Amino acid sequence: MSTLDKLRVGQRGRVQSMHGSDALAQRLYEMGFLEGEEIEVLGFAPLGDPMEIRLRDYRLSLRRNEAARITVAVVC
Amino acid sequence: MPPRHPTVALVGNPNTGKTSLFNALSGLNQRVGNYPGVTVETKKGKFHWRGETFHVIDLPGTYSLAARSPDEMVAVDVMLGREEGEPKPDLVLTIVDASNLERNLYLTTQVLELGVPVIVALNMIDIADHQGVTIDVAQLSRNLGVPVVEVQANKGRGIDALKTAIAQAIQQPAPAHGPAFPDEFESEVNRISQHLNHGTPRFLVRRLLIDVGGYTERLLTQQQHDHLAEEIQAARQRLALAGCSVPAVEARTRYQWIRQATTGCLQRPAQRRVNWTDRLDAVLTHRVGGLVIFLAVMFLVFQSIFVWADYLMKPIRDGQKLFGGWLATLLDPGPLRSLLTDGVVNGVGSVLVFLPQILILFAFIAVLEDCGYMARAAHLMDKLMARAGLNGKSFIPLLSSVACAVPGIMAARVIENRRDRFATILVAPLMSCSARLPVYALLIGAFLSGDDHAWWTPGVTLFAMYCIGLVVAPLVAFLLKRTLLRGETPVFVMEMPLYKTPSLRLIARRAFEASWMFIRRAGTLILASMIVIWALLYFPATNANGQGYDVLLNEKEEARAKLDNEIKALKAQANEPSDNDLNGQLKALTERSQNLDDEIHQLQHDWKRGSYLGRVGRWLEPAVRPLGWDWRIGMAALASFPAREVMVGTLGIIFQQGEGDSGDDAYRKELGQRLQEATWEDGGSRKLFTVPVALSVMVFFALCCQCASTLAVIKRETNSWRWPAFTFFYMTALAYVGAWLVYQVGTAWGGG
Repeated sequence: MSTLDKLRVGQRGRVQSMHGSDALAQRLYEMGFLEGEEIEVLGFAPLGDPMEIRLRDYRLSLRRNEAARITVAVVC
Repeated sequence: MPPRHPTVALVGNPNTGKTSLFNALSGLNQRVGNYPGVTVETKKGKFHWRGETFHVIDLPGTYSLAARSPDEMVAVDVMLGREEGEPKPDLVLTIVDASNLERNLYLTTQVLELGVPVIVALNMIDIADHQGVTIDVAQLSRNLGVPVVEVQANKGRGIDALKTAIAQAIQQPAPAHGPAFPDEFESEVNRISQHLNHGTPRFLVRRLLIDVGGYTERLLTQQQHDHLAEEIQAARQRLALAGCSVPAVEARTRYQWIRQATTGCLQRPAQRRVNWTDRLDAVLTHRVGGLVIFLAVMFLVFQSIFVWADYLMKPIRDGQKLFGGWLATLLDPGPLRSLLTDGVVNGVGSVLVFLPQILILFAFIAVLEDCGYMARAAHLMDKLMARAGLNGKSFIPLLSSVACAVPGIMAARVIENRRDRFATILVAPLMSCSARLPVYALLIGAFLSGDDHAWWTPGVTLFAMYCIGLVVAPLVAFLLKRTLLRGETPVFVMEMPLYKTPSLRLIARRAFEASWMFIRRAGTLILASMIVIWALLYFPATNANGQGYDVLLNEKEEARAKLDNEIKALKAQANEPSDNDLNGQLKALTERSQNLDDEIHQLQHDWKRGSYLGRVGRWLEPAVRPLGWDWRIGMAALASFPAREVMVGTLGIIFQQGEGDSGDDAYRKELGQRLQEATWEDGGSRKLFTVPVALSVMVFFALCCQCASTLAVIKRETNSWRWPAFTFFYMTALAYVGAWLVYQVGTAWGGG
């Protein structure tokens, strides 16, 4: 168990849960961060933040403090 | 009353080709509109099909109808028919990206609940194909319960089939389909409905319950009785206990429904295929390589608006001068001639002169956005901008503002979050633009270079002037985000779209639209302010004896022209250098010509001094004394408020060097000498300009918003007078304090 922001480049994780009911949580839900979805970390921006990930059929850039909301089980 | 034509509303996620589809549907039949109180634009167009006319409204791109701001609410209000003066659409057309079907259908499931006929336009099927994704369109249409039409928006394919489907579906009743929410949720919706005005759409009641702290909640709890907020709170708690807490329940319900609807008609390859975006992103978002390429791209953008645009701006300036000169020969000297040549032609010229920069910058931005790179640029720069409370998308507007704030402020449209966009717009004029350069060049040339100073002084001073903007702008943004533009931290979560070849037509269109909008919306304001300042400098146009300055000036100028001709003729005769008689004659004539020159400069000086603006300048002298300025500097600064490049020419007139072109190096050099020699007007020999005074003037120009065009564009982009007024006052205050500090510290240090 880890949070998404802790994953390394190339690692994949499966969404376990997400906390909160604010705008950020809602946007993440809308973008498809639901229990069981697989996420792959593609890279980090030059200053280490934000991070680029793949989710469902698309790519997303999100800040690490946003990614910290998402608890994942590391797949590989 | 004319027959009412059916209206189609177009919605879709960003990066789905929505603009291309709108263009393909409505061709050149478009106009841009603003609704009161919001800053997003909606485009309206129309098309004819089989004898019937259809209106199309292009709504802002969005991932969801969960509105958090008035800007996001526009799409919801239009589709529910709640926007004033706007009929409820007869059909909603949603465009979805076939290569990313599930997430794109999320918005469509929300639209299905609006009680309007819906059509889905399935775009980018070629890209899906490429990735090995296949979609059974007929099956998808049956599962969704609405027509699905395959289109290739950027190539204009499938548009006729889409129009046919629209014409048909508009006759049909709205679909009853859409995801069914859990019973617990629906009964809470029923319960809340009883507390609301009769006729509140069920869609809004759902939003009220789901969007915690959202726009609907804020709006309705303000309008309705006090218990509503508590009722909502209680309902949400009951839902959480029942295992369907908001907002998660919505996403779960919708995505589950989407999964069912796409089962059997959406086939993905077992192994994801590596595509071009994967290959490009490996380089373009690489920590080192990505940064190098980013800097190269930014250099190209910057170079183009700073240097290349100048090749196009020069003919505009020259044409303006030529036309003004030609006009002057047609008219007798007097207010009308001056109004036309100095007011109107100058004003129109100063509007047109921005067009090359706007065209080039917007073409660049369109390319970067359309090919998908813009999101990567924002990704790379986000951390840096986040320190100032902004986000990665602020970078390009701010960089562009170093060339000129006008296109820079317009470029801030790419920032979706309203507060971030406003903060960017309000600090953009602090970036040192190219119009400040002549002022810096004049003063650095006259007071901070040459033998008295180290060889590096001019370069360092100029660099410092640019740094003022680079340091102060983020600081002000930081403060604004904590005061006037305070609010919850905006969500960054940004899609990185697939790379694709940009469409030339779309780019040309965007660049042209931006330019036209600037002329139409900001042009009149700029022109008006130029005419006002012209009048303040022109009147009263007579001296103490009641003689018109323009008539006097005209006489002297004609006399001088005659003299100059005589001198020329004499020079042509003077083949013999030893002809003393001729040389003596020539010398006398030259002297007379110079005397006339001085008289002309004196007249111009007296005129400006006696003008309304000159009077204000003298009256304001006590206010500018702490900056080390006298009334002449103060008045020149005052005259530069509509456009800072006016400073050099105005100084030229007041210090009797005559009027000249601020871009002319020789003129600036001569004027610099005048300024070095200038003394205080108290009869003594105390020099007016010292190093601290020159620095104080430069710092004032670095920080002040002396640009009517910028203010007009801020008004246009924020849709309110409040923000340009705020920008004007905060920057003037900042400039005054900055100039005062520099002068006081500089003088105390012994620079005086």
